[in-house]
Amino acid sequence: MRKFSSNQFGAYLIIGVGALIMLAPFYFMFVFATHTRSEIFQLPPPIWFGNDFLDNLHLLLERAPFWRNLLVSFYVAVMGTILTLLFSSLGGYAFAMYEFKGKDALFALVIGTMVVPPFLGMIPTFMIISALEWFDQPRALYIPGAASGFGIFLMRQYIASSISRELLDAARIDGCSEFRIYWSIVLPLIGPALGTLGLVAFVGSWNQLIGPLIVMHSMEMFTAPLALRAIQSPVDTEWGAVMAGTALSVAPLLVMFAFASRRLIDGLTAGAVKQ
Amino acid sequence: MATPTLPTHGESSVSATQTIGPQKKPRFLARRWWPYLFLSPFIILFAIFGLFPLLFSFYLSFQSWEPTSGLASMKFVGIDNFRFVLTDPWYWTSLWNTFYLAVISGVPQHVIAIPLAYFIHTSFTRWRNGIVGLYFLPYITSTVAIVLMFSTLFSTDFGFINVVLNGLATLSGVGIFFPDEKIDWLNRAEYIKPAVALVVFWRYVGFNTVLYLAALQAIPKSLYEAAMIDGATKWQQFRYITLPLLRPMMLLAITLSIIGGMQLFEEPFILTGGRGGTDQAAMTTAVYMYRTAFEFNDIGTASAISWLLFIIIGALILLSRKFFPRAGTSDASITTA
Repeated sequence: MRKFSSNQFGAYLIIGVGALIMLAPFYFMFVFATHTRSEIFQLPPPIWFGNDFLDNLHLLLERAPFWRNLLVSFYVAVMGTILTLLFSSLGGYAFAMYEFKGKDALFALVIGTMVVPPFLGMIPTFMIISALEWFDQPRALYIPGAASGFGIFLMRQYIASSISRELLDAARIDGCSEFRIYWSIVLPLIGPALGTLGLVAFVGSWNQLIGPLIVMHSMEMFTAPLALRAIQSPVDTEWGAVMAGTALSVAPLLVMFAFASRRLIDGLTAGAVKQ
Repeated sequence: MATPTLPTHGESSVSATQTIGPQKKPRFLARRWWPYLFLSPFIILFAIFGLFPLLFSFYLSFQSWEPTSGLASMKFVGIDNFRFVLTDPWYWTSLWNTFYLAVISGVPQHVIAIPLAYFIHTSFTRWRNGIVGLYFLPYITSTVAIVLMFSTLFSTDFGFINVVLNGLATLSGVGIFFPDEKIDWLNRAEYIKPAVALVVFWRYVGFNTVLYLAALQAIPKSLYEAAMIDGATKWQQFRYITLPLLRPMMLLAITLSIIGGMQLFEEPFILTGGRGGTDQAAMTTAVYMYRTAFEFNDIGTASAISWLLFIIIGALILLSRKFFPRAGTSDASITTA
């Protein structure tokens, strides 16, 4: 056994306390979701679970069609993830396995889209959505983001390092069409990268705020975060109900994170770490 | 598409060595066009939702336009929008708020994340992923959820943060460092910036920790072994090996913090109910741009604000490269360690 030095004990202590501080807001979110507003706002505030979750849920559903809002969020996230995976793997495959005119310039463009601040396009995007008459349409949320420079970058890296050109040439000699090669050979081999990008795309879509804020105008088509924001009024917020809704909207991501934290962390930091 | 006239050679098990060459079955598209086809979804979507908005926003910044009165009311006004923005006190307030928030939320992120990553790197092996996950968790949570959680904790009379601070204030000795009154975090101009900064810090410290941890794991163990043989203390190892070799990652992480900090929108927007708080104390430039566009319906001015902000971000990135020159110097400090 290694000697347990006091230095090391100090490190464990600091990191442990820090981790508790990081978790505390999540803990209180779940605790408050089970208390009425008057219970939340008393001294001292509750620190253990109550039994008013269903009442809170009931209140929440009076103020917003929250199941529907969750469904909109889910639909947008699923569609966005599928399109991102498809377009990114196609684009990444083209960059990794083909030589073509303008390849370097196009790739520079892909990288360029990753550094342009999103707020620059906010107003014109609003106008385009308006011109297309896509207000209150889920597609306004998942189509613009489906051309992901980050996704193409990630896919290119993975395909270039994991698939050999010889394999594809062999398939060509056997008469495989270029699309068949992508669909039947490349796609099955890049499962791990698709998984990582899929998680990143899903989480990004699930959490997006600015897009829905601009294009979703009716409560029926609000995503979950937008609905939660809407029922938080300055004077009369039902905090128990708001916390119940917040917990419901966060829970799917917590479950996802519990099962795939390593992969999500790797994916979300890949742009920075792999440079 | 023409039907293939040749017998399908896949079935007749023609080996790969047997060249079929030029008489291959006619293809739907010559091979050199395929990459463009594969890239076309990206190119088309990027043209519509990426490039065009960018150019159009540049064009808009020289126009005067209220969207409610239709496209025909658009009018070229030269640099009037920029002139207006640069003489607008609210713009300068928002810029000051943005810088202030970027510094008081950004600096602590790195000051904490570097030693935290170092401790995790040196003290944890088996539990490392779990611990890192806990710190990273806020990053994958939606800003709305985070801000709503914090809104209850920041509540003046019954919020947990005030309860804890007031409790600490009653302790003898350290008590004087803590407030013994209830702080109105979200409604008093002087407290709303720290409140926003705390939320931003809490959200991104784990992200930076992961970046630094990745950089630490890339440092060769042999360097530390050599230093130990030379009798270097733990602190000397951290100071003369770890820190210099972290410099490239520091440049990157700090650049990312600057880019993110200058665009800070969601946290102050939701914490202040979309208006920027009492006396605009938490109105960042991005929030001001949003209000100018969607509340005051002044699209031209909002576009000018966004381009000015873009220029500032670009300048800051160049500046950060000056302060943190890549490599070179770090190699020198290893050899002198």
